Amino acid sequence: MKNFAYARAENVGSAVQSITQLQKAKFLGGGTNLVDLMRENIEQPDHLVDLLALPLAHVDELPGGGMSIGALVTNSHLAAHPLIRARYPVLAEAILHGASGQIRNMATTGGNLMQRTRCYYFYDTHARCNKRAPGTGCDALEGFNRMHAILGASDACIATHPSDMCVALAALDATVQITGAHGKRAIPLVDFHRLPEDTPQTDTNLQPDELITAVELPALPCARHSRYRKVRDRASYAFALVSVAAALEVEDGTITQARLALGGVAHKPWRAFAAENILVGAPAGEDTFKAAAAEELKVARGYQHNAFKIELARRTMMNVLTTLAHEGGAR
Amino acid sequence: MNEDGNGTMMMRLHINGTRYDVQLEPRVSLLDALREYLGLSGTKKGCNQGACGACTVLVDGERINSCFALAVQYQGREITTIEGVAAADQLHPLQAAFIEYDGFQCGYCTPGHICSAIGMVEEYKQGMPSAVTNNLAATDIEFSEAEIKERMSGNLCRCGAYVGIVEAIREAFEKEVAR
Repeated sequence: MKNFAYARAENVGSAVQSITQLQKAKFLGGGTNLVDLMRENIEQPDHLVDLLALPLAHVDELPGGGMSIGALVTNSHLAAHPLIRARYPVLAEAILHGASGQIRNMATTGGNLMQRTRCYYFYDTHARCNKRAPGTGCDALEGFNRMHAILGASDACIATHPSDMCVALAALDATVQITGAHGKRAIPLVDFHRLPEDTPQTDTNLQPDELITAVELPALPCARHSRYRKVRDRASYAFALVSVAAALEVEDGTITQARLALGGVAHKPWRAFAAENILVGAPAGEDTFKAAAAEELKVARGYQHNAFKIELARRTMMNVLTTLAHEGGAR
Repeated sequence: MNEDGNGTMMMRLHINGTRYDVQLEPRVSLLDALREYLGLSGTKKGCNQGACGACTVLVDGERINSCFALAVQYQGREITTIEGVAAADQLHPLQAAFIEYDGFQCGYCTPGHICSAIGMVEEYKQGMPSAVTNNLAATDIEFSEAEIKERMSGNLCRCGAYVGIVEAIREAFEKEVAR
């Protein structure tokens, strides 16, 4: 790992000021992704601005029933929070299906959003990768692409976003609270991450002088009936082949509210708006779920080693929606 | 927190109740600080990328991977390594149980497993659910084999001593977690 200069930020203002003034500077949170990438020489910052001393480790209730999650709340503390478990179980489940106990104790909410892909070719500095070295090409297109995207990919990049937590946040209409050199703004989580297009080196719409301060969840009664299901190559501690986050509310047999998002399938957490449009107002049952999944996957495209993900995504959506309809979405 | 001309910094670390002042580059991981600079080689380096858990230590009672931790970030925190879990010459009950139940073969992953399990049991006692906890609202989660295995999935044993490891953990903590 290349050496760097270290500074600890004392407040949000000074953190933003540091990142604006210093050359080749990056924010450091729990370090579970950035330290690894620096050790592999994929990230080579000259300065690290340590955020851990900032007062952003609180989970607070918002007026109206929503929740604010500070950017430095660890994955463990968020998943264990009683109000998160009661009101947004899909979020607690998603977090608990990611990484390991040790990593969840270190990893932060903001850092989870900023995770980079685990594409092998992105990590292998001898491979061609448009995300790591723009313009060099993509070895995943013709390579071992079992873990790669089936939705929203481009000829420049078929990498996936690795987060579980963000899939739940996408389903829950979360917003990302940001402070930058020119003030504050909020971005809906579903617009925070980008599709690769021809600039896969840019993962998110966060600007270089901006810092995530919190993630906010709206009051969302249907989220009390929500679930996360992750399909992976090992029973624990592996990235998703496909994952599904869903919330469902059913009245007199008719779906009145639906939230659905997919993980492991795209360059960003994939909110399944097309499927939701089919679900809402339709009878809660297999035919509806089948039609919704088919509509969402109409534009899916498989590569040599990952075409199975299309069928896997269809079946996982069916499974989660059926489970939710049976176990409490109905009233 | 300023650097000197050599790119190193004076850091103060609190480990197993002892204060250490050490001059290190900011890129030095907590794992390397322990092993290479402070003579605390009980913590092991396996993969050095957060996959194996051999480097697990406790920070303010919570388990972390010390390979991902830059030492500079952990100043002012109470760090416990395998050298600090026993009380004087009295083994920690989990250390004794690892011997009793053959919780190791080569022993390389053992310090990480023991520190991880000590942190895991604290999480369990605080009511933290896991990926195999079906009812997230439950306040009483069974201390089952499935729960122990899921919660310990960040620690690998290449000898495959898992049967003994799970038995040792369950035996050492079963009474402690009973409500």
